[in-house]
Amino acid sequence: MSGQVSYEKVEAGAEIPVAVYPVTRLSLVKYCGASGDFNTIHWNERIARAVGLPNVIAHGMFTMAQAGRFVTDWAGPEAVVTEFGVRFSAMVVVPDDDAGATIEVSGTVEEKLDDNRVAVALTARSSEAKVLTRARAVVRLP
Amino acid sequence: MAVNRDYVGRSFPESEPYEVSRVKIAEFADAIGDSNPVFRDQAAAQAAGHRDVIAPPTFAIVISLTAAGTAVADPGLGLNYAMVVHGEQRFSYTRPLVAGDVVTARPAITDIRDAGRNVMITTSTEIRTVSGELVCTALSTLVERGGVAA
Repeated sequence: MSGQVSYEKVEAGAEIPVAVYPVTRLSLVKYCGASGDFNTIHWNERIARAVGLPNVIAHGMFTMAQAGRFVTDWAGPEAVVTEFGVRFSAMVVVPDDDAGATIEVSGTVEEKLDDNRVAVALTARSSEAKVLTRARAVVRLP
Repeated sequence: MAVNRDYVGRSFPESEPYEVSRVKIAEFADAIGDSNPVFRDQAAAQAAGHRDVIAPPTFAIVISLTAAGTAVADPGLGLNYAMVVHGEQRFSYTRPLVAGDVVTARPAITDIRDAGRNVMITTSTEIRTVSGELVCTALSTLVERGGVAA
């Protein structure tokens, strides 16, 4: 966490430092339980392969949550997210080992809007693939 | 079986009330690996100007997924759920969900269209407090792979 960002000081075009988030099989099991999404492809390698996937894959919403975390960590505790949208463009494949996979998120302050809001453009990659496209959040800053 | 286009514009019944709790928010934050105090510590959240702990921005999926899931599972829609992947997701918030909120979700199917061999189905779910305040609108686009009838 990097303290509180203020609307007055934030500049359009500013880059937000890259963050790398790990995702393991345990992450996915926990996410299944917390979200209620128990789709078998997120925890069962046999079924994942049977439906043509390379291995177990992360929930798209898990990846979106990492992008959300990136935004709220940057924006600070007083900020609130008013818009958040993504397209899921590639799978995050999670092997059955201790390291798992990583999701690398970066962002840029795209523009300053009215009402103390700023738009942040986001990118997320896993194993070099862009896993989110058109990822954008609008946050209201103090 | 092809997806039934007559379902575009159809609204589904409002869900039972869901109480947003500190414990559930903390469990969700743990599951996404997020240690931010505003999602787990009431004092920290209040010091930052929130009524109580707030929910991470993707938390609304916990509420909207169940509601929208009921809509897309309607047998008359004819969606082959085994072939479905998540295509797109967006949330619009009037304010964060806060511990103590009691909300209901009302899903609707807003669009069904072909994209190559796939069928894209968009649902819009309004999450409102039981007193009627709109907190979040969640738009989900699901993709049925190979769903266009040959």
